[in-house]
This record gives sequence, C-alpha cells and structure tokens, in this order.
Amino acid sequence: MTATTVSPASRRFTSMTPVRYLAALLIVGVTVAPLLFVILGGFRTNAQINSDPAGLPSPWVFTNYANILGSESFWRFLGNSALVSVSSTAVAVDLGSMAAFALSRYQFRGREAIYSMFTVGLLFPLGVAILPVYLLLRQLHLLESWVGVALPQAAFALPVTIIILRPFMAAIPTEIEDAAVVDGATRLGFFWRILLPLSRPALVTVSVLAFITSWNGYLLPLLVFNNPANFTLPLGVATFQSQYSQDTASILAFTALSIVPALVFFIFAERHIVGGLTGSVKG
Amino acid sequence: MSATTAAATTDVAAAAGSPSTSSTTPPRRRSHLRKRLELLILIGPATVLFVAFVFLPLIAAGYYSLFDWNGFGPLVDFVGLDNYTKALGDPLFQGAIGHNLFIVVASLVVQLPLSIALALLLNGKIRGRTALRLLVFTPYVLSEAVTAVIWLSLLQPHGVVDGLLEGAGLGGLVQLWLADQNVVMFTLFAVITWKYIGFGIILFLAGLQGVPDELREAASIDGASGWQTTRLIVLPLLGPTIRIWIFLSIIGSLQLFDLVWIMTLGGPGGASTTMASYLIDRGFRRYEFGFGSAVAIILFVICFVFALFYQRFALRRDTQGAITGRVE
Repeated sequence: MTATTVSPASRRFTSMTPVRYLAALLIVGVTVAPLLFVILGGFRTNAQINSDPAGLPSPWVFTNYANILGSESFWRFLGNSALVSVSSTAVAVDLGSMAAFALSRYQFRGREAIYSMFTVGLLFPLGVAILPVYLLLRQLHLLESWVGVALPQAAFALPVTIIILRPFMAAIPTEIEDAAVVDGATRLGFFWRILLPLSRPALVTVSVLAFITSWNGYLLPLLVFNNPANFTLPLGVATFQSQYSQDTASILAFTALSIVPALVFFIFAERHIVGGLTGSVKG
Repeated sequence: MSATTAAATTDVAAAAGSPSTSSTTPPRRRSHLRKRLELLILIGPATVLFVAFVFLPLIAAGYYSLFDWNGFGPLVDFVGLDNYTKALGDPLFQGAIGHNLFIVVASLVVQLPLSIALALLLNGKIRGRTALRLLVFTPYVLSEAVTAVIWLSLLQPHGVVDGLLEGAGLGGLVQLWLADQNVVMFTLFAVITWKYIGFGIILFLAGLQGVPDELREAASIDGASGWQTTRLIVLPLLGPTIRIWIFLSIIGSLQLFDLVWIMTLGGPGGASTTMASYLIDRGFRRYEFGFGSAVAIILFVICFVFALFYQRFALRRDTQGAITGRVE
C-alpha cells in the first residue's frame, strides 16, 4: 500500500463525490419538479397549460392566486384546519403527558395492561374503527362539528404520544423527584413544575407529530363534514379538484396555496419530526 | 402533604407490608387513597377518550359484523359469520387484499434498497446538506390528499408527464396512467414512492449517524472494499432502523386509503381497490354497516397478526423500553 497522508477511507469518499452530487441533484429534481409545476402552473392560464403542459408562465398571470386568496372558502378551510389540529393536538398532548407520567413514575397494579392497551392502538388505522366511531359521533350530535374530528384524532394520537413520553419521563432520575419531595412538593406538583418543563423536548416532538397527523387527516373530515363551510384544507383541496376539474390553473393555484402552511410549519419543525420518529425507535 | 408525613407513610407502608406490591417496589410515599385519586386524575381522561374512540369502536365493529345492518334502527338481523365469508369470497375484496400486498412487496423490493442506497450516498460531507435534507423530506409532510391532487394534475392525459416523456423521445411509454387497469397500481406505487422515499432516506441518514466513522476506517485499513464495508459493517449496524422502516412501511401499505380514494376511487373497475377503500365504499356509500364492519375486522386482524409476529421475531431487541415498555 502506498503511504499517503490521505486514509484509504477518505480517498474512497472523495472519489465518490461526483456520483454523490449527481444523486443529490436527481433526488432534488424528482422531489421538487412536481411542486414547481404546481406553483408555476398557478401563474399560467388554462390555455397556456393545455398548449404546453410543462412550460413556464408567459405571460405571468396572477388572477388564479388572487381569486383564491380573495375567496372566502380558502381562508375558511385554513381556519377550520387550524382549529381542528390545534385542539386535537392540545387534547392529545395534555391527556397523553398525564397518562405517561402515571405510567412511568407510579407503581400500581394493571400498569402494564393499561400501557399495552394504548400501544395496541398504534397497530391499527382509524379506518378499522371508523364505522362505529361515525355512529358514536352521530349519536353525540358531533357530525358537522369540528369537535367530532378533533376528539377521535386526539384519541388516535394518544398511543404514539404515550409511547414517546413514557421512556423519556422514566429516564428522569428519581433523585430529582426525591429532592422535590423533600422540598415539600406533592407528586402532582413535581409533575407540573419539574417533570413537564424537563420533558419539553419530548413534548415538542409529540406535539409536532400529533399536529401533522391531524392537519393532514382526510378520512375523518370526509365522513364527518358534508357542509363545505366546515371542510378542512385537505378535504377542501380534494373537493375543489373534483368540482373544477376543467380549470387546471385554479386547481394548481389552490393546491400551491394549501401547501404553504404545511411547508412553513415543516421548516420550523423538521428537526422534531425526524427526532421523534427515530427517537421512538431507539426509545 | 408535607415531607414528614410522606416519610411517615413510607414507614407505615413498609411495616404493613401491603399485599398489592411485591418486595421489589420502592417504598410508597403517599397514602393508598391519595395515590388512587392521583392515578385516576392522571390516567382517567386519556383512558376514557381512548376507550370511547378507539377501543370500544373496535369491539363494536366486531359485534356489528355479525349482523346485516344499514347503520339505522336496531340490530336484529343476526347473520353469524356470513359477512366474513361473503367478504372473503368477493373477488373485488380478494383483489383489494392483492393490491395491498402488491404495495407491501413493491415497497420492500424497491423503496427499501433505494432509500438505503440514497442515504449512503448522501451521508458524509456534501455542500448544502441541510437544504437537501429539507427538500427530500418535503413530500412526506404534504397530506396524501394534496399529493393526490398534485399527481392527478401531472398525470392527466396530455399532461406534464406525458409531455415530458414525448419531449424526451419516449412518447411510446405514455400510458393511461390512472385509467388502464394494468397500469394503475404501478402509477399509484410510483406516487407513493415519491411521497415516502424522503422519509426512508431521512430515517436511514439518522441511523447512519450511529455508525462510527472509526469502524469504517478500520475496516478499510484492514483491506475491506467499499462494498464489503457497507455490507458487513454498515448494514448490520443499520439493522434496527431497517426493521422499524419495514414495520412502518408494511403497516402503512396495509392501510392505504386517502391517495387511492382521491385519485381513482378504487377504479377503474376495482383495479386499484384497497381494503380500506373497499371498506369505506361498502360502509358509507352503500350503508352496509354490518358488512363493512366485517371488512374492518379482517383488516384489523391482518394488521394485528402481522404486528404481533413482527414485534415478537424482529423488533424485540430494538424496541425494548419503547414498545415493549419495560421501565426502570
């Protein structure tokens, strides 16, 4: 072997670099091109799109976006989505963290059984329970109500919330709890004033996961809402698409605008999504 | 409660040697009643919500599945297991199971190696890595509904995809992407791959962070080729990540609904029906709540049996403390 200052490993990596950039470029292209088409397509007319589907806007047309931003329905869908997602996340994280606290730091009979019950929830989709859930919501007069979407979504978000929070809370040293008790804190006081603040990273992660799941939810809004005034964004986009299927330019503008909130949220939350998904793996 | 009483109760509890706890449990610091109350406050609400909207509906579905019922009025028309035999005997439902299995297998064969390969390529120093991660991950955070609408537009006849293929001189490859029974599942799989491949890449990139550079360097000093290092050192260390990816991928593939419902409604002619779309179609478009419940239970059993076996045989060592739930 020739003696060089470059180790074989790093030399190999250097020689791979062009391939690596090519792969990166390819992935970015495949990922971004459809999104670019949607965004740019919103700036074109239907005539432009029909004559050259993959072309650039010429001239740029702003009426599609302006019409949608000026329409009541887009903002209404956005507001409905926000209301549903924020409440569903709040309920799931509040109740989930309380349950995770009990399941991680209390000894009691039936603890593992209750925990197992929650984990089983992870294994099946909303679809499996949807018929009875629908009947239950009908009975509770929660059809056409945002509560009828937020509550079941929160219930289905509980398993992942508890599964991530429990090991996190269990890992916080008993000495801290003992110290709090010596200082006169009750157990609930310890939970509220010490454990919750210490669990903040995990709480952010589970909040982000619950929020995204709720924000992207389609099945439950589809079944619960018939009145377009109640639609959430995913349902609104899908309905808009089927109603105006001839007006491609408007569909693209509507879709592009509906992506924006998700992207903004994602840019801030990316770290937590990845952390949460891998964290739940490694425990 | 003050600290002194807490210490006192500890002694009392220890002296009484309470029957409900074993000798390994740490001494209790609170009276029995107070602890009960705290537990009720803490676990009660979550349990009620979960039981009401997840657990009981599942039991209810099992019950409804034994009746011929349209969702209104009393359950009187008991049919035993007829709904199950009818569902399992329906060629459309058999097709649906087949379509779900196609997505399961195609994901394992195509997406898994592809996302590992891409993660390996992207691991290491590369300019604009943060931006790259962000871009690659973007489709994953879009809802399936939005993804479906995007690709409906792209895949229109004489749309962008067709235009690009023709522009590249590959006009012969143009298909009726969503209207041809022999093509539609492949089209849907491609869209699914577009949406979820970034998730795999990010997951494996995170997994690769756990493989120490020293190991790879040591291997290559010992004369291992790049492929040998990858196969014998990197891949085994990625094991836990691979196993969790497979788990998530299979469960996701079995549940496929939103994308299918918006893009094809399960058509043409049932060629892209999935178990979940079949269930919603029978339950909510034809009001066959009894029959739909039987389908739901079949879907549940498939997911559950798979998850149980997988956890028992593959996931066990990876997730102790996370899913199997051992604490302390």
